[in-house]
Amino acid sequence: MSETSAIVILIAAVFTNNILLSNFLGMCSFIACSSQVGTALGLGTAVTFVMTMTTMINYIIYHYVLISKEAAGHFVLVAADLTHLQFIVFIAVIAAFVQLVEMIVERFSPKLYFALGIFLPLITVNCAILGASLFAIIRNYTFVQTVGFGFGAGLGWLVAIVLMAGLQQKMQYSDIPKPFKGVSVAMIITCVMAMAFMGFAGMVTIQ
Amino acid sequence: MANKNTCMTCGGSQGLCGGKGIATLKDGIWTSNPLAIQVLGICSALAVTNKLSNSLVMGVALMFVCVGSNLFVSLLRNHIPHRIRMIAEVAIIATFVILFDQFLKAYYWEMSKQLGPYVGLIITNCIVMGRAEAFALQNAPLVSMVDGLANGIGYGVALAIIGFVRELFGSGQVVLFGMTIDLGSWYTPNQLMILAPGAFFVFGVLIAAFNVLKGSDPEEDKK
Repeated sequence: MSETSAIVILIAAVFTNNILLSNFLGMCSFIACSSQVGTALGLGTAVTFVMTMTTMINYIIYHYVLISKEAAGHFVLVAADLTHLQFIVFIAVIAAFVQLVEMIVERFSPKLYFALGIFLPLITVNCAILGASLFAIIRNYTFVQTVGFGFGAGLGWLVAIVLMAGLQQKMQYSDIPKPFKGVSVAMIITCVMAMAFMGFAGMVTIQ
Repeated sequence: MANKNTCMTCGGSQGLCGGKGIATLKDGIWTSNPLAIQVLGICSALAVTNKLSNSLVMGVALMFVCVGSNLFVSLLRNHIPHRIRMIAEVAIIATFVILFDQFLKAYYWEMSKQLGPYVGLIITNCIVMGRAEAFALQNAPLVSMVDGLANGIGYGVALAIIGFVRELFGSGQVVLFGMTIDLGSWYTPNQLMILAPGAFFVFGVLIAAFNVLKGSDPEEDKK
């Protein structure tokens, strides 16, 4: 994977390998917060920011603390192999980072806090964030690729949720069969969206 | 948590927290099936259901994690300070997820490869967290375990249905434990069912089917 440029990975993460539409991550908030475009945009921005930062931090932690000395081949903080702890470390990093961002934003920009703040706690439990960190490790990205992937995956999630919110707003006036109302029809719309995004498939390919 | 009405509560299942034993079991599996009725934890549900065997393993994984974390959260419920309960729950859940992940890696490497990051993502699965938050924090250890088991089964069953449909129509046959159900040569496998859109579609229809069977009004359930 080392020869693919970060830009290619970024574009692929937005379109061909959209984290929501092809990896199904972040569905919970996708379903819950996709009724208004403004809300979706706010949440999407917050996710993009947190995802870019946490994939970066987690990459550094994984490659300089968790991995064993032999596997890394360079300086590591702890020589022993701690990779089995990656889940608990990653989620702790994400939770701590989100908390930190929340405090900083609240202190320095109350305006931004009221716009984005309410979404921040939601993000800790957004599986797309943890998923992006795990994917970056599994796919053996380099640091620059990881940054590209984290940002692209967040952007892809933003695109998907904003599109969905737009559709949902229109749909309030449509006559849907009773059992399909709510989540059910949202799923079927997502199905059509995922199909549309498959059209990008030939554009760039990553794993 | 701001997402109280989606991930962290028991949604339209007010009776659940008071129910015990059999009632708890029935609630978890059918009346408030975590997947089809409450629509929790769908991330992993959609991702691993391209094959029936994957779906079953994921169901077992969730059951294990849910029972374990519910038991320990319940045992510690009087000792966890309210302010840091979330992080304590996450730590407990993550421990069980790591256990299961290591087990898969040690004994079922192929399966572990196929499930990829989705085993780890059980940590952020709203079902586990939701049950710990909504049930285990208020109830005795034993009934919490039953609740975890019930939700695990309910999730597993829904997952198995999606997995079965997707594998059957996606590849024309279902293979499980060496047994094969074949649709025959007249059927041309529809690749789309194995890919992402198929998952969304089957899941959407499954929710609708549950709504019909239960005779519930989805608009009311949302409240």
